[in-house]
Amino acid sequence: MAFVALGGSTAAKKQAPKKAGRVALLLLLPGIAYLGLFFLTPLFSLILTSLKTPSASGDIGRYDYAVEFGNYLFAVEQYMPQILRSFMFALIATVVALAISYPLAYFIAVKARNKPLLKGLLLTLVIAPFFISMLLRTFAWKQIFSNDSWIVNTLKSFGIFGTDSYIIGTDFAVIFGLVYNFIPFMTLPIFSNLDRLDLRLLEASGDLYANPITTFRKITFPLSLPGVISGTLLTFIPISGDYVVASRDFLGGPDTAMIGNVVEANFLRIQDYPTASALSVLLMAAIVILVSAYVRRSGTDDLL
Amino acid sequence: MEKRELPNDPMLRELIDLARKTQISRRAALAGVGGTAAALTLASCAPAETALTPAVDVSDTEPVLVWHNWTAYMDEDDEGNYPTLERFEQQSGITVDYKIEIDDNDTWYAKVKDQLELGQDIGADVACPTGWMAQRILNLGYLQQYDDANMPNKVANLAPSYLGAPEDPDRTYVIPWQAGFAGIGYNKQAYRDATGKDAPGSIADLWAAELKGRVGLLSEMRDSVGLVLMSQGIDITSAESLTEDAFMVAIEAIKQQIDGGQIFNVRGNSYLDDLATGNIIAATAWSGDITVINANEGTEDNPEPYGFVFPDSGVTLWADWFITPMGATHKKNVEKLINYYYDPVNAAELALWVNYITPVVGAQDVAASIDPALAENQLIFPNADTLAKSKAFRALTGQEEQRFSSAWQNLLLGA
Repeated sequence: MAFVALGGSTAAKKQAPKKAGRVALLLLLPGIAYLGLFFLTPLFSLILTSLKTPSASGDIGRYDYAVEFGNYLFAVEQYMPQILRSFMFALIATVVALAISYPLAYFIAVKARNKPLLKGLLLTLVIAPFFISMLLRTFAWKQIFSNDSWIVNTLKSFGIFGTDSYIIGTDFAVIFGLVYNFIPFMTLPIFSNLDRLDLRLLEASGDLYANPITTFRKITFPLSLPGVISGTLLTFIPISGDYVVASRDFLGGPDTAMIGNVVEANFLRIQDYPTASALSVLLMAAIVILVSAYVRRSGTDDLL
Repeated sequence: MEKRELPNDPMLRELIDLARKTQISRRAALAGVGGTAAALTLASCAPAETALTPAVDVSDTEPVLVWHNWTAYMDEDDEGNYPTLERFEQQSGITVDYKIEIDDNDTWYAKVKDQLELGQDIGADVACPTGWMAQRILNLGYLQQYDDANMPNKVANLAPSYLGAPEDPDRTYVIPWQAGFAGIGYNKQAYRDATGKDAPGSIADLWAAELKGRVGLLSEMRDSVGLVLMSQGIDITSAESLTEDAFMVAIEAIKQQIDGGQIFNVRGNSYLDDLATGNIIAATAWSGDITVINANEGTEDNPEPYGFVFPDSGVTLWADWFITPMGATHKKNVEKLINYYYDPVNAAELALWVNYITPVVGAQDVAASIDPALAENQLIFPNADTLAKSKAFRALTGQEEQRFSSAWQNLLLGA
């Protein structure tokens, strides 16, 4: 939806065909039906739920249809720290993931271009984590970082860590888990972009006496921007809503909760469906706004 | 209708007031675009508020039943079979699908609540949630009534202390499965190393500086907050003593420990992993769990590395109950199952394995004939002295439950 809203003015209209063929419309139908059924209907229901008030009976988890906009104010007021924390975590994790993924993608796509075996192997390694469920992998990190693990013990024995310090349940553990889980989503789009990079442009740049840094800054990076943009979007959006890594059952602690955890607790434990729905709607709205601002600012409207 | 107390911040107060005032005009405007109309349409699809009726019982033609229960709650041999349950299947000819489906009362309820509300099959003929949850479901009218005529053992052997509750005096809607205590579980060696003492003796010991960052809490509100309330001298069985103010004082006390980094984590049954991996040294814990973790982690030299103690202010007492929802179609089979587990021989065999308190009178005598020492185990067969140290969290009204559980869950979200 974000992209429909964003594309609107310029690029999309220019390319719109004058006579939309019947076949094209028919081909669109499944997509439209899918969106209507699995996106618009739940969204509508979510918005209705977010406006409910507690039923007069006072039983837990019972709500009546109403138009109670106070739910949104309550949600923001009550959960501001978690909302800010979510976007802060998402921002940090995205930047760290980019810092790790870009050189990795560059190496695979450019340096290993003429070594198919190495390239295939490296790509497989990037994708390999997907072979195991994300829950299991996150759980494994919980074991690795546990208080009796060699990592924590080594840090303590070198005096880097106080005896009462720990990793699990800290902001570091959560951001680490987020970065770890989303690196492939950042690497693959950048790779697929850099893979098409015409190396002759780099040679030409060198011929014109540009040093490698200038070449990267003026040629490689601007050309790879579409990959970077889609990579950052593919990481930032899901991380903002992630509720697994920061959960107290995985790498989180009592003060690392993100919006996803708040929504989960409100839906499943407090049975406060209106607040949970209001938060979901707010999260969606916030992401749409942030992402549109980001895409416009990067000046890459027509690249998407 | 006041939804919530207004926040203290004057600016937010004004904003909320403003939002409430503008509601009327906005509602009118929304009616035009169909917001309210759609709301009404959807509301009309919602279940009518009429009493539910039990589903047709097909037990006579279908010798099966599905059971939702908690983990480590059934005797298990080395091959992972359940001996008492298998014997029931042989004796009755009923095939039992035993599913470890309940990890947490709230999340389990969230999964089945829509079916419960509509009187539809929740995928189980019998489930064993904790007392307060069983009570909530009973109050909402979602449960079938059991027929005592099919359960002579239950009539004969149910411990009298479970009878006489106003909402279900003869226990024909909810029947006890097992009961237990919540107290303090701890790693013996690590606790000695950290504090120089042998065992924690009170809730205050959990807040000792030596244990900073190495303390766990159960996410079950009635146990964790209950234990803290008891340590503050509150009688958790009485509505006069356990007021909302008293509850919030206990929440504040726990908040200080969380903010100060004393508490490592607050979790459900998985606190056992934290004990086992050494993440925590001591935690509020369920009595039978410590036996299980000793069985798993104990070595020949050190068979019982973990201990369970009663804090000086006492322990909380809880029970899990058999319930059969309106949509279940094998109630008669369930009654046979309950009758089977109310036979003292079966009850004793089960209790000795799971290490929880059995509600079956006569099980202790059977246990004594198997192993006299175990029949004195206060966690399985508590005597009057032990029971006097335990308190059950009082029943909450719907509004109280909503407010208490919001306060607790928001605390766990770091709000």
